[in-house]
Amino acid sequence: MIIAIASGKGGTGKTLLATGLARVASEEMAVQLLDCDVEEPNDHLFLAPEFTWAEEVTLPVPQILSEACTLCGRCVQVCQFHALALVRGKVLLFPQLCHGCGLCARQCPANAISEQLRRLGTVEGGEAMGGISFARGLLEVGQALATPVIRELKAQAGKRRRPGSLVILDAPPGNACPVIETMRGSDYVLLVTEPTPFGLHDLRLAVQTARDQLGLPVGVVINRAGRGEDEVTAYCQAEGLPILLRLPLDRRIASAYAEGILWVDGLPEYREALRGLYSQIAASVEVRP
Amino acid sequence: MRQWVVLSGKGGTGKTTVTASLAQLAAAQGWRLVLADADVDASNLELLLSPQLVEEHEFIGDKVAQVDPGLCYGCGLCEAACRFQAVLLSDGKASIDKIACEGCAACYYECPTGAISMPDRISGEWYRSNTAAGPLFHAQLYAGQENSGKLVTQVRMSAAALAASSAADLLLVDGPPGIGCPAIAAVSGANLALLVTEPSVSGVHDLRRALGMVRHFGVQAVACINKADISQNRADEIAALCQAEGVPLLGAIPFDEAVIEATLRRLPLTAYSDGPAARALRELWGKLQAVEA
Repeated sequence: MIIAIASGKGGTGKTLLATGLARVASEEMAVQLLDCDVEEPNDHLFLAPEFTWAEEVTLPVPQILSEACTLCGRCVQVCQFHALALVRGKVLLFPQLCHGCGLCARQCPANAISEQLRRLGTVEGGEAMGGISFARGLLEVGQALATPVIRELKAQAGKRRRPGSLVILDAPPGNACPVIETMRGSDYVLLVTEPTPFGLHDLRLAVQTARDQLGLPVGVVINRAGRGEDEVTAYCQAEGLPILLRLPLDRRIASAYAEGILWVDGLPEYREALRGLYSQIAASVEVRP
Repeated sequence: MRQWVVLSGKGGTGKTTVTASLAQLAAAQGWRLVLADADVDASNLELLLSPQLVEEHEFIGDKVAQVDPGLCYGCGLCEAACRFQAVLLSDGKASIDKIACEGCAACYYECPTGAISMPDRISGEWYRSNTAAGPLFHAQLYAGQENSGKLVTQVRMSAAALAASSAADLLLVDGPPGIGCPAIAAVSGANLALLVTEPSVSGVHDLRRALGMVRHFGVQAVACINKADISQNRADEIAALCQAEGVPLLGAIPFDEAVIEATLRRLPLTAYSDGPAARALRELWGKLQAVEA
């Protein structure tokens, strides 16, 4: 089973939930946790993984062979991403804009375009605390494209997965392509929200992405529950979204999180709630046709 | 013209809270402001500024492949050309996984029968609104769409054009989390980046990467710590990091229930409270002006 943990808004507690759930579940089953927030991955800060494998993530980008190029401009014309320009008798590449689709090379009538691999980031993995199989992606600072790094992370981790593992995906914030890439192929999406106008606004968008766009079953966790919670609860009821867990505003959780301590180890009273969260998800995935 | 962007790396550190208060303080002091919310996936600045909508525009993010089944005979050349696994062949016909399609048009150029077209994909909306602090440019990327960076650029450039033509004192941009495409688009053109961090291991880790990104694009960085009293150790670590990196640390905003109260009332904190966090924001505003001067 694959569970994606997402939120729309940042800082609502995705990493908290993902690491806590992975830890508690790993006492009963094989667990693989993937940190798909490749721009700002944080799971490793709590799980002390020992990285034993790493792979580069690259993108094939065009290289213009100037001696063969006739400056016909065909490559510039076909590129949908404006990654190529014909400037002062030369074809220039703007590598940040290139999606690596290969169209320019295919279309060049002079065979003047070859492709070279540009490094976008790395994916790496190994065993973490409690025997959790852990992997993460890391977008190189200054690079723009997170989605290919997430795609490669899922592919590489998939090859190294013990059969029957529970897979937990810690998604990036937002609702755009990196989130879609993370959620695709999941069995269940757990959305973590906070009871503020920001949390609710972004929860609505996350529900549109996960449930309406991708057709995945969705459940909600309210973090720092308490004040302002009624509006979130009313929204979930109106939309028929199950609220699977409420975590209170507990300063001890915040302190553990601040110091890099895995909160469910320091605060064992929350373990039962996370086991319950897992059982509810497992039951709801099982009854799906 | 001044163009400041508020960033964080990590999400949920308080970018929007800080931006809304800085906007309120600047406007109260008589500055002419233009505001831009560059978090187009989850735009929250509008929730604190009661915007009155002035203009609404469709955003064409990209194109998306479309197959005319009447013209397709299932040769599969499109599938071979697609690097995004967006072409599906079944029963001798090609179809497109629109979510996987990046709009590169490789299939369009490959198709021998002209069965593929590339219509525009409307993937969001952007708006110009009026607020008490000044005009606000904001947007909504439709759920699960691509090209948030391009929409950020649209919002930022529209805001910059108005700021220039109206000789505004400051363009203030509320940035998205992360350091990838939308964050890079938000930083572009800025002459100052305010990094809002929080005292946690994640906050420190993400600040380091956000600072790396901002520097990579040659933008001057300053920082402030939000919820600064949650962990003294981590606050000290951030102060040490800033000192080592030569990043002026301009403020420490304490944890304050008034922040939640103001957010629930949909007000900038400084318009609602005179408590410790609001006072820290006033001080931050003062120091930001000094950096610029």
